Amino acid sequence: MTQLFDNQADKFKHAPNPDAFDKVPAGSWVTCAYCGAQQYQEELGEYLVCGVCGYGFRLGAQQRVDLMTDKFEEWYADVEMTTPDFPGYPEKLAKARAMTNMKEAVMTGEAVIDGRRAAVAVMDARFMMGSLGAKTGEKLARLFDDATAKHLPVVLFSASGGARMQEGIMSLMQLAKVSGAVARHREAGLLYVVVLTDPTMGGVTASFAMEGDIILSEPHALVGFAGRRVIEQTIHETLPKDFQRAEHMQASGFIDAIVQRPELQTYIGKLLRVHQAPLEA
Amino acid sequence: MSELTPIEIARAAREDRFLARDLIANLVTDFQELHGDRAQGDDPAVIGGVGMLGDQPVTMIAINRGDEMAEKLQTRNGSPEASGYRKALRLMQQANKFNRPIITLINTPGAFPGKTAEEGGVGQAIAESIVQSMSFTVPMIAIIYGEGGSGGALALATANQVWMFEHSIYAMLSPEGFASIMFKDAKRAPEAAELLGLTPQELLAKNIVERVILEGDNRDLFYENLRRDLLRAIDELFQLGPEAIKVQRQMRFDKY
Repeated sequence: MTQLFDNQADKFKHAPNPDAFDKVPAGSWVTCAYCGAQQYQEELGEYLVCGVCGYGFRLGAQQRVDLMTDKFEEWYADVEMTTPDFPGYPEKLAKARAMTNMKEAVMTGEAVIDGRRAAVAVMDARFMMGSLGAKTGEKLARLFDDATAKHLPVVLFSASGGARMQEGIMSLMQLAKVSGAVARHREAGLLYVVVLTDPTMGGVTASFAMEGDIILSEPHALVGFAGRRVIEQTIHETLPKDFQRAEHMQASGFIDAIVQRPELQTYIGKLLRVHQAPLEA
Repeated sequence: MSELTPIEIARAAREDRFLARDLIANLVTDFQELHGDRAQGDDPAVIGGVGMLGDQPVTMIAINRGDEMAEKLQTRNGSPEASGYRKALRLMQQANKFNRPIITLINTPGAFPGKTAEEGGVGQAIAESIVQSMSFTVPMIAIIYGEGGSGGALALATANQVWMFEHSIYAMLSPEGFASIMFKDAKRAPEAAELLGLTPQELLAKNIVERVILEGDNRDLFYENLRRDLLRAIDELFQLGPEAIKVQRQMRFDKY
């Protein structure tokens, strides 16, 4: 009997402190979207990173701004689509606005990152999958133009499924509109840093997300143009697991560096310093 | 103007009534085809080169769907790989250097959705084509002569003017793709075609394109008119001067 008891004690020696369970609210088991590991929300830490594989859980734009900047002043917060004329579009917009407390799928403004000033855009995948509508495009184009006028670099965190279906051809035109503003910023000799986050797909990949001077990515972010299912149906092949993941895209030559989320701010700060971005006033 | 319904126009747009090589041969003389992206290959889905439009030297870049089955397979029915877009951009850069107008002829269901295209960075290739063409100082005119599908078409359509053949379409997605995403049913493509507003007339009304080209029955007359219209548009753009040509193109897209 004694021996059996000892064995049991040994077995539980490495188990978590039972008291700790009281602190975890119900339903806070989370599953990593990349590796499938289950862990407690608290274990992800303030940066919401999977402890097993380093995948960064999807962030809302405000959360991202809080984690990546020292200061942030929002620009164009009131720009919104006022004429959503497609069946079901007004309802989808209302839902996205209520969920995110944003009026469009991107948050734009001026920030201080590690003591340097930059114009910053953060896309929010919770807002209609970060899709690119005319007003999303307007905020981005204005950000680049105002950054050009103020001689500021741009740091953009991409997160998008691509075009906004409900806006049809107008959505496609945003690729060109935003790229025109990127071109003007480029001609002014200013730095543009993209941070690809999960997911960055479709028209966003085929335009401003791939137009950066420097393209960074978070680990395991899904980055591509065509969707996986469409490709598999076209070529009648099953694609490997890491297909269109940041690591695979980097090996193909399209990503400068994959940076762990907790190190991103410092990493961007160094790039801003090397490119002599203006110091905080 | 065509009396067809949107889905009928979409079907007509896929009928290969015009082939890239025929269009080039009938519009320009002394055409010299130029090959390769200078990096890794020569995508047959994009053909390009230099020639004379009347007395005006031009660079022609066309998406090629091919004629016979073998060529259709090679061009993936006019779906370029990354290499095709890099070849197009190289020829555009060259045209810009020599102050030569660029005419693009577009007919594609979209960039090729394949493993090699993704690994070749087809998104990046399209992006670079779009952003660099925003800074060119030569006249650029894009003509959609069949399907204008998504970013794969836009890569060659960031021009000063975009024209469409009477039986052509331009959309962010095919009616079938749109129906399968929005209705989970590709068979509802006719409905999707209505919602997409992909016909030349609708796009003209929305200022997405500047001109609809009537196809008519007489091909000789058709080519003669098209050549004349192109020369006139190029001449008008040249009168603006290099910087204003660029600004006009940027403003054309700023308005969206």
